[in-house]
Amino acid sequence: MDTIAERDQWVNHIHPLVKLVLTLSFIAITVSFSKYDLTGLLRMGIYLIVVFILGDISFRDSLRRLRIVLPLVCFMGLFNPFFDREPCLQIGSVMITGGMISMLTLMIKGIYSVLAAYLLIATTSIEKICYALRLIHVPAILVTQILLTYRYVSVLLEEANRIMQAYSLRAPNQKGIHFKVWGSLAGQLLLRSMDRANEVYESMTLRGYRGEFYYAAKEPCKGKDYAYLILWLAIFGVLKFVRLG
Amino acid sequence: MHMADALIAPAVAATMYVCSGVTAGYSVKKVRLESDPKKIPVMGVMGAFVFATQMINFTIPGTGSSGHLCGGMLLTALLGPYAAFLTMIGVLLIQCLLFADGGLLALGCNIWNMAFYGCFLGYFLIWNPIMKKGMSRGKIIGASILGCMVTLQLGAFSVTIETLLSGITDLPFGVFVSTMQPIHLAIGFVEGLITAAVLIFVYQTRPEMLQGGVEKSDSKVTYKNAIVILAVAALLISGGLSLFASSHPDGLEWSIEKITGSTEIEAGENSAYAAAENIQEKTALLPDYAFKNSESAVGTSFSGVVGSAIVLVVCMGACYAFKFFRKSKK
Repeated sequence: MDTIAERDQWVNHIHPLVKLVLTLSFIAITVSFSKYDLTGLLRMGIYLIVVFILGDISFRDSLRRLRIVLPLVCFMGLFNPFFDREPCLQIGSVMITGGMISMLTLMIKGIYSVLAAYLLIATTSIEKICYALRLIHVPAILVTQILLTYRYVSVLLEEANRIMQAYSLRAPNQKGIHFKVWGSLAGQLLLRSMDRANEVYESMTLRGYRGEFYYAAKEPCKGKDYAYLILWLAIFGVLKFVRLG
Repeated sequence: MHMADALIAPAVAATMYVCSGVTAGYSVKKVRLESDPKKIPVMGVMGAFVFATQMINFTIPGTGSSGHLCGGMLLTALLGPYAAFLTMIGVLLIQCLLFADGGLLALGCNIWNMAFYGCFLGYFLIWNPIMKKGMSRGKIIGASILGCMVTLQLGAFSVTIETLLSGITDLPFGVFVSTMQPIHLAIGFVEGLITAAVLIFVYQTRPEMLQGGVEKSDSKVTYKNAIVILAVAALLISGGLSLFASSHPDGLEWSIEKITGSTEIEAGENSAYAAAENIQEKTALLPDYAFKNSESAVGTSFSGVVGSAIVLVVCMGACYAFKFFRKSKK
């Protein structure tokens, strides 16, 4: 994801705070649509299509990455047709009920929200999102901690993977971790992580860390960032509040 | 238990962002007061550890399935409630952004449901009181299982309440609750066992890493504080939840209805029952949990609050009376 977010695309250069605000506004407006307003919701897809094109992000690749999450997001809507059987319209011999429409809108809302968050992270690195959080005065402790967690997720995932591989080689035909070694296996990883945290702290201190990260280049919002924000907020306003057609 | 954005109304999401934000602000203040610069790197790496352990499948004996570690309870036992809460925020934010696990709009709800209960209630109501008089293997197992089960139950219940208040899904509240609570009871038990196994390993190898027990905790859950917390909880539950109270007969009334055909027992005019009922009607302040001659929902809520207050006063009176008699006997 970092490689995609660091590419030299126009959307990637938009100020991270603008993209964060736009993503949250998009999700909030999308979920506030009525459960029967299918056409209104479909129109909101304009934002996603435009950002996919501007950011040159592969739609197929994003579906592949989100293949586990998207079915789960759609799952909750599956119950609606059973509880809301009021007929809405008839197409040939098929009766479309309110529950069917609300199921579709709920699924679309879920897919849109997931894709909007994906587009944010695909066009903005975690470091930049954290910078945006600092600009809105989210405390340094929290932001630094998020950055460190993000930095060490890949390191510890690799370590956990190695442990799992070593365990599976020593315990063939064993599905998962046997309960007798639950504590020692995860506990060893925990102790190693704690030791690593101490080493990280010492090396950070040696490099001049005094409780907060300092950003070398402060990036203020420019005219194009404000224009991008205002334009999209205006479009969202029109799509939400103006009846089209 | 990660909530998706599609199930949340913006008003509920904003409210939960405020609740989680205020708790995070308070936690930041507390962690700053500790003025331990080492704490932040430890929090960062521990957050990554919780992530990494999510990929380890712990086999549940006798079943074909596997479980995972309970992050909130483990972190609160290792880092203390405030640092654990902040660490969980980091974990949930990265899960949301990188793994699309839980929505960005629903992040406030997810922080509350998964971090608040595990870190604060898990520590102040379960871990700390149990470990106050020293630590042992049994206590760690008990606290971990109880902590995971209670906090997961509260988290799952919050999910259903937030979904109900959002009003987006057509899934009835009763069905949702009856599905969520039992499954999370089982998950909580398994997660409690795994968490206990890891904490026991830490206790045996490096006991100084665990919160409480070894070093004295500075939390002050006094008798007075407990009364205030219970009073506020009773007020919220009685005032808020009584609005949703069922109008259907309760177990006893249902049984009576089955036998007599009515939820109220009919009695003869001159019987002792009639005399007692007459007295009760005249003295009852809020008959049938409402104002006299009124059927408003506010009356039900008001009755809940007044009822709780009376019960609280009677209980406290009984306790003080008991204490007084014991003292005078000594």
